[in-house]
Amino acid sequence: MAKIIAGVGCSHVPAIGVAMDTGITNEEYWKPVFEGFKKSREWMKKQNPDVIFLVYNDHCTAFDARCIPTFALGCGAEFQPADEGWGPRPVPAVKNHQKMASHIAQSLVLNEFDITIMNEMEVDHGLTVPLSVMFGDIKQNDEWPSLVIPLCVNVVQYPAPTGNRCYNLGKAIRRAIESYEEDLNVIIFGTGGMSHQLQYKRAGLINSDWDKRFLDLMTEDPVGASQITHLEYLRETGSEGIEMVMWLIMRGALNENVTEVHRHYHVPASNTAVGHIILENNA
Amino acid sequence: MTEKEYDKIPGTIVFDADKSREGYHLNQFCISLRLQENRDAFNQNEEAYLDAYPMSKEQREAVLTREWNLLLELGGNIYYTSKLAANDGINFQNLAGRMTGMGVDSYREMMLKGGRSIEGNRDKSEWGED
Ligand SMILES: [Fe+2]
Repeated sequence: MAKIIAGVGCSHVPAIGVAMDTGITNEEYWKPVFEGFKKSREWMKKQNPDVIFLVYNDHCTAFDARCIPTFALGCGAEFQPADEGWGPRPVPAVKNHQKMASHIAQSLVLNEFDITIMNEMEVDHGLTVPLSVMFGDIKQNDEWPSLVIPLCVNVVQYPAPTGNRCYNLGKAIRRAIESYEEDLNVIIFGTGGMSHQLQYKRAGLINSDWDKRFLDLMTEDPVGASQITHLEYLRETGSEGIEMVMWLIMRGALNENVTEVHRHYHVPASNTAVGHIILENNA
Repeated sequence: MTEKEYDKIPGTIVFDADKSREGYHLNQFCISLRLQENRDAFNQNEEAYLDAYPMSKEQREAVLTREWNLLLELGGNIYYTSKLAANDGINFQNLAGRMTGMGVDSYREMMLKGGRSIEGNRDKSEWGED
């Protein structure tokens, strides 16, 4: 049977992708950001997952205002990196484990999570930046080392799904994955955050104390984290900090007891606090 | 209009259903600039390009004059308006420098020093607003 072996929480700041794509990761500004992913890349190599279940949000790229699904599961064969206004990122197309994805889609709906099924979809920095930071530079004509099942969450138009809903969806995703008959190792990513506000007069807000407490909760008290209100995210972590509800989907798919094997936190990357955590499911 | 719980947060516009409804055509215009051929057409003749999007006069004017904050007040969302900014060669950080009125350099400086503190930035009363 397939198994979720670990979860990864990770910011997906677009500028991090730009830094990698333009080869400036050694510059003073970027060094401390990438330093914190060195261990993660070694860890990824060792885990060598067959499939990554990647929770992210689209930033008005593949989805425009015509259609705003709260949860959209990528079920197509592959997903091309999208042009977000400055040309597509020079990274490989993302290949799906299509059979597992459709199994998950069925299982989720039967478990009363009525997700949207996407058979055609481009993917933006929300999905490709976490892959890049965790795998390192992968040339455009190479392949990502793992297959990827994308789950796209609406966090742009208020309200995003509640933390509690996300946490429970994580549990349903785990049931779906672990009822898939092939012996596959799966790592689940929850991406976005941490504190940041990109818009209007309060732009630039960072709340490091709050972020660090959130990282603590990820390890020690996920149920507590799942009860954080939208108002608290908006006020304490900035209007775009609400992306962190996506980490709860990842966390819900893990055991209540996990081992934290790595953590990284740095301010700033562009407008954003970069946060990262690796949690292994205890055997 | 009934007060919303997040209305008390200063310097912040929450893109909710009301904003989304108001900004629909504005945002659809902005996202069209994601593609190069549309950027080319827009840059060749902004007025003519905008004719295809039935937005309000105010919204249209704010697009032409690049009033970044006003665009948000009129229902624009940052992920959409950032496509217009990208067309102009303005990235997220430089856009924030403009929206905050700080200018690009002092905004960047603030971020390097750890960003805008949460202290004094939780409630409109702390900004002398109500
Ligand atoms: Fe994001």
